[in-house]
Amino acid sequence: MRWLKVIFVVMLLTASSVTLSATEGTDDQEVDVAHMLFGHIGDSYGWHITDWSGKHVTIPLPCIVYSRQSGWHVFMSTKIEHGHQYQGFFLAEEGRYEDKIVEKDASGELVRPFDISITKNVASLMITALLLIALVLGSARWYKKHDAVQEGSPKGIAGLMEMMIMMVNDDLIKASIGEKDYRKYAPYLLTVFFFIFLSNLLGIVPFFPGGANVTGNIAVTMVLALCTFFAVNVFGNKHYWKEVLWPDVPLFLKFPLPIMQTIELFGLISKPFSLMVRLFANIMAGHAMILGLVAVIFVTAKLGPVINGSMTFITLLFGVFMDCLELLVAFIQAYVFTMLSSVFIGLSRQEH
Amino acid sequence: MNLMLPDSGLLFWMTIIFAIVFFVLAKFGFPIITGMVEKRNKRIADSLEAARIAEDAIAHLTEEQERIISETRASQAKLLQEAAAERDKMIAQAQDKAREEAQKIMDDARVRIQEEKEAAVREVRQEVAKLSIAIAEKVIRKELSTDDAQKALVDKLLNEVTEL
Repeated sequence: MRWLKVIFVVMLLTASSVTLSATEGTDDQEVDVAHMLFGHIGDSYGWHITDWSGKHVTIPLPCIVYSRQSGWHVFMSTKIEHGHQYQGFFLAEEGRYEDKIVEKDASGELVRPFDISITKNVASLMITALLLIALVLGSARWYKKHDAVQEGSPKGIAGLMEMMIMMVNDDLIKASIGEKDYRKYAPYLLTVFFFIFLSNLLGIVPFFPGGANVTGNIAVTMVLALCTFFAVNVFGNKHYWKEVLWPDVPLFLKFPLPIMQTIELFGLISKPFSLMVRLFANIMAGHAMILGLVAVIFVTAKLGPVINGSMTFITLLFGVFMDCLELLVAFIQAYVFTMLSSVFIGLSRQEH
Repeated sequence: MNLMLPDSGLLFWMTIIFAIVFFVLAKFGFPIITGMVEKRNKRIADSLEAARIAEDAIAHLTEEQERIISETRASQAKLLQEAAAERDKMIAQAQDKAREEAQKIMDDARVRIQEEKEAAVREVRQEVAKLSIAIAEKVIRKELSTDDAQKALVDKLLNEVTEL
């Protein structure tokens, strides 16, 4: 109870100080909540950390673009910030390509070059990947150095990793795919689980190197879902394909009109599609909720210190609640994605 | 900005990064950890199984031991009983024999005593007869000193003989 009181007081103090600064900062300008929200949820070429006395503090990231007219270009994101133009490239201000690198072709039309820039999300992906590799290989090193058979479980991070790996391995993968085949798929599914879980967790951390909306980006979840799609369909056994192409239903349902086959094919595609959208929507919505709550502080700044202060306090309460919820969601979504992938794979390996 | 539209650059990088992470972890990460843990679990299971077997063996041994002890005890009791019976039998036999022997001795003694007694009686009788004859002789000799008396006697004797 004492801790709760301390947290309460800290939140009250934060609320009042934030109110003061918010009131100062927003005297003359309207807060563009939508822009701020989508700016955070979406991708960007630089990693914006904070604004410090009117200046953007941004980590510059390399932009790599290939233009049909002028070939490859590599430059830092600072070159094209704030409407600057560099080697013919600039950020579109509105329209289809809003906030993306574009160039003008000969007829003056805006065209999008082939863009494989290291954006904020790509950088975050790299950080996640390195962190994950470090964590898992660091844990694996313990097993190389020690005789796990004689010495028992490791302690510290390796112990934590072992616990989680074995939980996913035994309770999810082995339970869903079955004793016979699960070894072949376990590395992929474990990678998926930890990749999503770590990305989700890093996404909750509000400052560098976290805060990027990686798993709440449809491109990322699409790659993961496609991997599961291939894992399911490339290694599906005869029985699985028979169920899809020639299911045990009355003949008129599959010949001459392939009604069942169409439905099965639809199911084939909708499974990874649901995986993709579920993860993307959950994480994106979580980010949007927290950012929206934070935005309340700045939106109510104009309404006077009393309303702003009380709203800030409520916002902080909800924010803490949402962050706790997001921690839960971070785990649940990784768990669900892995579990459904395992179940789909298990179905494709089912024997009579 | 369309959130539902996957960005090609991000797709490209995500594929590469995820592929690298997958290959590194699938080769050097997860299988090592799961393999070792499985080995350890197997060893633990084996140890438990071995402990169970040993426990069973111990329980079996204890049972066996108890069985042997009770068996031994039973046979001991039986032996003791048998020994006691044997002893009683021997004593009884000895007593019987002794009794028989004693009886025999006594019977012998009695027979001999009887015989002795009879012999003695016979001797005494013979002695008495001898004495009587001697006395009778003396008496007769004195009485038959006269001829009348001798005649009377001869008559008397003749009467007696003829009466028979």
